[in-house]
Amino acid sequence: MSGLNLEHVTKQFGTFTAVNDVSLSVPDGTFVCLLGPSGCGKTTLMRMIAGLDLPTGGAIRLGGADITQVPTHKRDLGMVFQSLALFPHLTVGENIAYSLRIRGVAKDVQKARVDELLAMIHLPGFADRSVNKLSGGQRQRVAIARALAISPKLFLLDEPLSALDAKLREAMQVELRQLQQRLGITTIVVTHDQREAMTMADTVVVMNKGEIRQAAAPVDIYRRPADSFVADFIGQTNLLPVEADSAGRARVLGQAVEGLMLSAGATKGVLSVRPEDVQLTAPGNGAISGIVTFIRDLGGAIETFVEAGGQQIIAVSSPRSRPEVSVGQQVGIRLDPMTSVVLAK
Amino acid sequence: MRREPPQRLVDYGPLVFPAGMLTVFFVVPFATMIAVSFFQRQQGGFYTPAFVFDNYARFLSLFFGKVLGFSLFLAIAVAVACVVVGIPFTYLLSRSKRNVQIVWLVALLSILSLSEVMIGFAWSTLFSRTAGITNLLVWLGLMEQALALTPSFTAVMTAMTYQAFPYTILVLYPALVRLDPTLTEAARTLGASPVKAFFTVVVPVLRNTILATLIMVFIFALGSYLLPQLLGRPQHWTLSVLITDQAIYQSNMPFAAAMAVFLVLVSLALVGLAFYAGRQKEAK
Ligand SMILES: Nc1ncnc2c1ncn2[C@@H]1O[C@H](COP(=O)(O)OP(=O)(O)OP(=O)(O)O)[C@@H](O)[C@H]1O
Ligand SMILES: [Mg+2]
Repeated sequence: MSGLNLEHVTKQFGTFTAVNDVSLSVPDGTFVCLLGPSGCGKTTLMRMIAGLDLPTGGAIRLGGADITQVPTHKRDLGMVFQSLALFPHLTVGENIAYSLRIRGVAKDVQKARVDELLAMIHLPGFADRSVNKLSGGQRQRVAIARALAISPKLFLLDEPLSALDAKLREAMQVELRQLQQRLGITTIVVTHDQREAMTMADTVVVMNKGEIRQAAAPVDIYRRPADSFVADFIGQTNLLPVEADSAGRARVLGQAVEGLMLSAGATKGVLSVRPEDVQLTAPGNGAISGIVTFIRDLGGAIETFVEAGGQQIIAVSSPRSRPEVSVGQQVGIRLDPMTSVVLAK
Repeated sequence: MRREPPQRLVDYGPLVFPAGMLTVFFVVPFATMIAVSFFQRQQGGFYTPAFVFDNYARFLSLFFGKVLGFSLFLAIAVAVACVVVGIPFTYLLSRSKRNVQIVWLVALLSILSLSEVMIGFAWSTLFSRTAGITNLLVWLGLMEQALALTPSFTAVMTAMTYQAFPYTILVLYPALVRLDPTLTEAARTLGASPVKAFFTVVVPVLRNTILATLIMVFIFALGSYLLPQLLGRPQHWTLSVLITDQAIYQSNMPFAAAMAVFLVLVSLALVGLAFYAGRQKEAK
C-alpha cells in the first residue's frame, strides 16, 4: 500500500474532539486540498500528518509504513507554515539549505541545490539576501523552496497563500499547481478558500466539525455534493425543501419537477440548485412562481433574487442572456433535473 | 507620527529633569571619584588635593593584577553559568502552562527581595558541616560523613549565580515568550531533532538577548563584595572586596577610588568589546 493513508485518526484536546475518526487515502503524486470553515480541524489534522501533534486514536501510514509515532524530524517531509517561519538569522540561501546542513550534506552539494531551487522559484541570485528584506510573495517562494530542498515524499502547506493579496494569490495558486505537477510530489494544502481548492486540487476534502464530509474531485464536489453542508460551502447554491408525492414524483414549492426522483423510500429531502442552473421564464405553465425582489448587476454576471413560497432563490445569468425582468415582477422558475441534486438532509 | 529633530532650545525642555538627575546622581559622584583617585593620601586617614599617579602606580603589581584577573574571571563565569542554566530553563518555562509559569516567576522574583547578606548566610549554612546539605547525603547513605563545603570557589559561584539568576530570567523571559514557536516546529519538519532545533534556531535567533544578559550579569557580579568574603577564601576575594577594604577599613580613599575607576574602565572596555563582536557578526 503506497501513498499516504489516514486510518480512523482522532485527536482530542481534553474533552473536545478536534478531529473525529478521519480516514483518507492519498495516492502518490496527488494534490489534496483540505477545505472547511475556521476551527474545523484542518490545521490539527495536518499537524498530525507532520508529527507535530500525536493523534489520540487511529494510525497514519506513509508508503505502507506506520509513522503514527515517528518523530517529526525523521519523517522526511516538507512543510510550509501559515506564518512561513523563515529563520530570521539566516540568509535566503542558508534558509533553503537548512535541511541539507542538518543532514550533513557537503557544502558544494548544498550550494548547487540552493541555486537549483532558487532558479525554480524564479529568484536566481537571491542566496545572500536577508530574508527580512523580501516581499510577501518572495518570502512565500523561499518557504516553498526550503521545504522542498530534500525532495520530500510529502509536501504539506497550511494556508500558504492567505497572507498575499488577491492577485498574487491567484498567480501563486497556478504556480504551485504547476510546480507540484512537474515534481509529481504528494501534496496536501489546507485552505478555507474554496476557489483556491478548486484551482489546485486533484481531490478536495471538505471538513466540518472535525469530520470529513466529502472527498472527491473538484467538479464532483461542485456538481454532486454529498450533503447540504458541502453544497452550501462550495460556491453559491439554492437549498430548497423537496417532497415526494404519492406517485413518487418530486415536488418543490408545490410544483412537480419532471424527471427528478428522490432516493427510494425517502419522502423528504433538500434540493441543491446552483444559481447558474436556475432558469427564469414566464409564470405559469408548470413553473414555480415567484416575485423578483432584487437585481444585482455585477458586470460579468447578473444575479436575480426571487422570492417563492417563503424561500429566496438566486438566479445567475450572463449579460448576454440578460433576463427581461424588473423588481416586483412575477416570474416563473424552472429547475433542470439534470443539474439539480437531491440531498438526504 | 513624524519624528523631527528638536528645532529650538525649548524643544529640549523635557530632557531637563532626567539630565539633571543623571548629573546629580551619576556624573557628579563619578567625577568626584576620578578626582579623588589622583589625590595625595595623608597618613592618619585623610587626603589632600593633588595630581599624583601614586594610587594607580600602586596596583601595577602582581598581587592586584591577580585580583583583577580573578574578579573578571569570576564575573564572566557567573554570567556564563546564569545564561547556560537560564536559557533552557526559561525556554521550557515559556512553553509550560500559564499557572505553572506564574508560580515559578513569583518564586524567582521573591529572591530579589533577599539582601546579599541573607543570601550569603543562607548559603554558608547550607554549605556548613554541621547543618549543611552534606548531612542529607550522609543520611541517604551517599556519603561517609558530613563535611564543610565552604569556604570554596564553588560556594562563591553557587551563591552569586543564585543571586543573579532572577535578573537573568527577567531579561530572557519576554524574549523567549515572544519567540515564534513555529520556528522550532519548522526546524523539526526540516529534519532537526528538538535539541538540534534549540541550538540551530532558538540560540542564534536570541543572540542579542543572550549578549545583553551576559553583559548585565557580568556587571552585576563584578560589584559583588559580600559573597566572596562570606563564602570564599582570601584568594577568592574580588577587587570590589579590596575596594571596600581600602575605603572603609584602611581609610585610603584615593587608592580605593583609583581601583574603582580602573574597574569601571576595564568593564566598559569588555562590554564595548562584546558589543563590537556582536556587531561584526551581524554585519556578516
Ligand atoms: N492545542 C490545542 N488545545 C485545545 N484546543 C485546540 C488546540 N489546537 C486546536 N484546538 C481546537 O481544535 C479546533 C480545530 O482547530 P484547528 O486549528 O485545527 O482549526 P482550523 O480548521 O485549522 O481552523 P482555521 O481555518 O481557523 O485555521 C478548534 O476549535 C481549536 O480551538
Ligand atoms: Mg488552521
